[in-house]
Amino acid sequence: MTTTHRSISLVDGPLIDVTINRIVAALLVVAALLSVVAALQIWPFKPTTSIALAALLVFSAATLWVSKNSAWHPTRFHHKGAAILTGLGLVGMLVSIAGAGIAWPMLMFWLGIGATTAGTTWMIAARYTDGAHGLDNHGTMTNPVTNRGASGWMLGIVMTGFYVLIYWYPAALEGLTKTTDPLSWLMRGKAADHWFMYSLVYSLAVVVMGVRALYKYRHVRYQTIRTWSVMLVQLLLAFILPSILVLFQQPEFYFSYFWPLKWTYLWPGDYGIGWILADGGRTGVFMIFWGAMMSFVATPILTYFYGKRWYCSWVCGCGAMAETLGDPYRHLAPRSTDSWRLERWMIHGVLVIIILATALLWINSATEGALFGGFSGAVAKTYGFIFGSIWAGVIGVGFYPFLGTRIWCRFGCPMAAILGLQQRFFSRFRITTNGAQCISCGNCSAYCEMGIDVRWYAQRGQNIVRASCVGCGICSTVCPRGVLKLENGPTEGRLNGPVLIDRDEVDLIDLPEYR
Amino acid sequence: MHIVIIGNGIAGVSTARFLRKGSDARITIISAESPYHVARTALMYAYMGDLRPSDLKPYEDDFWPKNRLDLIQDTVTHVDIEAGAINLLAGGRMHYDILVLATGSRPNRFGWKGEYAHGVQGLYSMQDLTSMEVATEGIQSAAVIGGGLIGIEMAEMLRVRRIDVHLLVREQAYMDYLFSADESELIHQEIRRHGVQLHLGTELDAIETDSEDRAVAVHTTSGERLATRFVGLAVGVHPNVDLARQSGIETGKGILITNTFETSAPGVYAVGDCAEFREPLAHGRRIEQLWYSGRRQGRTLGRLLAGGTDAYSAPLFFNSAKFFDLEYHTYGDVPPHETDEVVCRQWKAGRHLIRTAAERSTGRILGVNGLGVRLRQEVAASMIRRGQDAAITPARLKTLLFEPEFFQADTTQIAEALSS
Ligand SMILES: Cc1cc2nc3c(=O)[nH]c(=O)nc-3n(C[C@H](O)[C@H](O)[C@H](O)COP(=O)(O)OP(=O)(O)OC[C@H]3O[C@@H](n4cnc5c(N)ncnc54)[C@H](O)[C@@H]3O)c2cc1C
Ligand code: SF4
Ligand code: SF4
Repeated sequence: MTTTHRSISLVDGPLIDVTINRIVAALLVVAALLSVVAALQIWPFKPTTSIALAALLVFSAATLWVSKNSAWHPTRFHHKGAAILTGLGLVGMLVSIAGAGIAWPMLMFWLGIGATTAGTTWMIAARYTDGAHGLDNHGTMTNPVTNRGASGWMLGIVMTGFYVLIYWYPAALEGLTKTTDPLSWLMRGKAADHWFMYSLVYSLAVVVMGVRALYKYRHVRYQTIRTWSVMLVQLLLAFILPSILVLFQQPEFYFSYFWPLKWTYLWPGDYGIGWILADGGRTGVFMIFWGAMMSFVATPILTYFYGKRWYCSWVCGCGAMAETLGDPYRHLAPRSTDSWRLERWMIHGVLVIIILATALLWINSATEGALFGGFSGAVAKTYGFIFGSIWAGVIGVGFYPFLGTRIWCRFGCPMAAILGLQQRFFSRFRITTNGAQCISCGNCSAYCEMGIDVRWYAQRGQNIVRASCVGCGICSTVCPRGVLKLENGPTEGRLNGPVLIDRDEVDLIDLPEYR
Repeated sequence: MHIVIIGNGIAGVSTARFLRKGSDARITIISAESPYHVARTALMYAYMGDLRPSDLKPYEDDFWPKNRLDLIQDTVTHVDIEAGAINLLAGGRMHYDILVLATGSRPNRFGWKGEYAHGVQGLYSMQDLTSMEVATEGIQSAAVIGGGLIGIEMAEMLRVRRIDVHLLVREQAYMDYLFSADESELIHQEIRRHGVQLHLGTELDAIETDSEDRAVAVHTTSGERLATRFVGLAVGVHPNVDLARQSGIETGKGILITNTFETSAPGVYAVGDCAEFREPLAHGRRIEQLWYSGRRQGRTLGRLLAGGTDAYSAPLFFNSAKFFDLEYHTYGDVPPHETDEVVCRQWKAGRHLIRTAAERSTGRILGVNGLGVRLRQEVAASMIRRGQDAAITPARLKTLLFEPEFFQADTTQIAEALSS
């Protein structure tokens, strides 16, 4: 009577197996689709290329399958081999930039971006396969790469440099761009430009580092499902679908970005919805309709039920990058009360600017240029330069190794501002604090990428309801005492939480459901 | 009015915070250990590189001046009760109107040969953290003595640095005075899975040292010699009563206090780990040595000093810990095994276990343990407080679980196991 052993499908070790099964299945499906495409000759590119790509996918699937099913214990050979392959890939990319990419695009693609992708994936697998199935943040604060040491600085400078070149000197990266030409022809039926190359690199970073996040957080199902979500949205909606749209001569539209983050989707004129309508015809109308519906109908509803997280840490591409490539850097977020003050000023300031700009541009367009005349293009360009390029790109991603992962999301993103205001005042989402169990250890605050001092609330037994919280769930994952839980629930009593250690006592609380 | 608090641990700081909420008195907090309050519960995370030393501070530095709490880092060497003053090591004397002793605990040592050698230490303070950092630099093997909560933390710390660890545990099963056989077994598995050599039913006999008084091996009571360069002593703590005792304040095991924290000396109070209640509290405890009890005692004392009247009462017992990757929550009283008065029910699947204890005669729930499963405190506490029937319905189980969303569990089966 006392002991009952049952095996129940609780999340446990085998989770990573399931994950790999799914990757294998996905690879095979894509390979099959490619073969069909090749057979029917509907692709505007040589069928042989499709077949070659399909073969590559089958090969990757087989490798994964074998490595999963044979007891794989990475040895020094794997650690070293992975590091060497990654190094070769990086050199390959440099050589491509130096000119080799223009001479031999296909070859240099595999030696550069290809080898880097394979090497880093191998490195991650070797690092995490044998690991214990539990949280492992050991060494994050002492490793120079992740804690602003010399190598961290170098990485930050390279990343920032990459952004500077992409935005303002794309010609310097011509060699690298050219290596993505074959893929661009395959997917889009036209030559690659630097934005295609950037999109590809971005998506690969999300996918490869997504695999890392899947490994690292495999013991928490919320994290695995969320990571799958950002990886797939980035890959399918922000990379493959836009490419296919281009292939079919449709506007290159991103279904996962909405106004005001993607401000042009609701701006009038050629830099706004004009080109979408012009290029897309009826599809264009649907795209504008989709964007408007997402901004004004879906967003408030979803945010009411699930909080800001449905977008910021499940869908958004900036979030995808922060949660994957940025995961080793989340502890670098500025955390002082002063940074919180600055954050509120800045993010709401940007929101005001974008709403004003949108309104004025529409007035200008309605009054046929009475307001700015032909200058509305300049307004759009200036905004794009300051916010789109410098802030979201150069600082937002390039500065990961210096300032953590969500600088743009915290200090600049107008979408985050709107979602945040609603989350703070009109949403069912909160992070519940588990009574008085907090030991003030500080793991939650240290790893909150939004720089929220989670411990401040937790140690008082207070629920966390903050505008900036993106609901990544990491505070809950790193808490050694099981104190935090992301929940959607009745709005009543959400702010104070059921328990206030400072005011009341846990065991005297009357729970409604227990009355 | 000048209130001086000795010790900036959770008990002293909670006293100060709650006193400040209701009083304008001048408040000074003195501590030898660190300029600011730190969470000693997180010492292990600093060693493992999960946290920076600055992350250990639960409050930002400007919290103290904002709340007009004066901080002094110094050792108090004597309390002059007659004069109402204290002496500081750096020299100087400070007058007080009210004195609060929140001096915490000290790690135990039991007179083993070699227990003060280089490389032999406990883990309690920031200074211990620093010395452990130095002593374990570049070593290959270590021993940890003690099968309690700190012992397992030390073992984990050393394993993260890839040091071979022998963990000596006196009991035949890990904390068998608290855990059922199944629960201990889960913890054993967890310890071994992380590559620790677990020596059950084994005690320390002596520590062997070299000519420079460095630890080189430990000898166990079973006659084994284990070569180690570091010996972690984690065999419990005792109240730090030195200052109180030599200043003539009445002490037993701890500094003796009433349920309003008054010591034998007028105007002098004691709170937290260092204090011992003259009358046992609920569940028979006289000394409470937890983070939670320090916080609760400090809060009560702070309110009393600010003019409140509510004496201290122990809460329904709760605690939590983490054994490597295995989280543990406990609420109420759960004995290690069934007795004439108590029946237990258990559900277990892989590394997840829930066990409830109920009064045999009435079926009332007395307590619940969760291993590898997070449980919601307010639900557990209110079930126990209300003396509810221990049988757990799937609906109630859902409110009891505190696992993150998408946690996969067949609540019907768990509820069944906990109800039959
Ligand atoms: C490694 C570790 C992990 C722990 N983990 C947990 C946990 O997970 N959960 C839990 O509930 N509990 C845990 N504990 C226990 C918990 O930390 C203690 O119960 C609690 O910190 C005691 O608080 P305190 O304020 O009474 O004393 P302390 O925190 O010990 O503070 C006493 C302070 O007084 C100072 N002091 C003493 N004498 C003098 C003097 N003469 N002059 C000046 N200063 C003086 C000391 O330097 C010290 O800073 C842990 C303890 C340790 C060591
Ligand atoms: S509070 Fe928690 S869930 Fe919210 S952003 Fe910070 S770590 Fe993520
Ligand atoms: S991680 Fe958990 S125990 Fe540590 S401070 Fe945060 S809520 Fe408290």
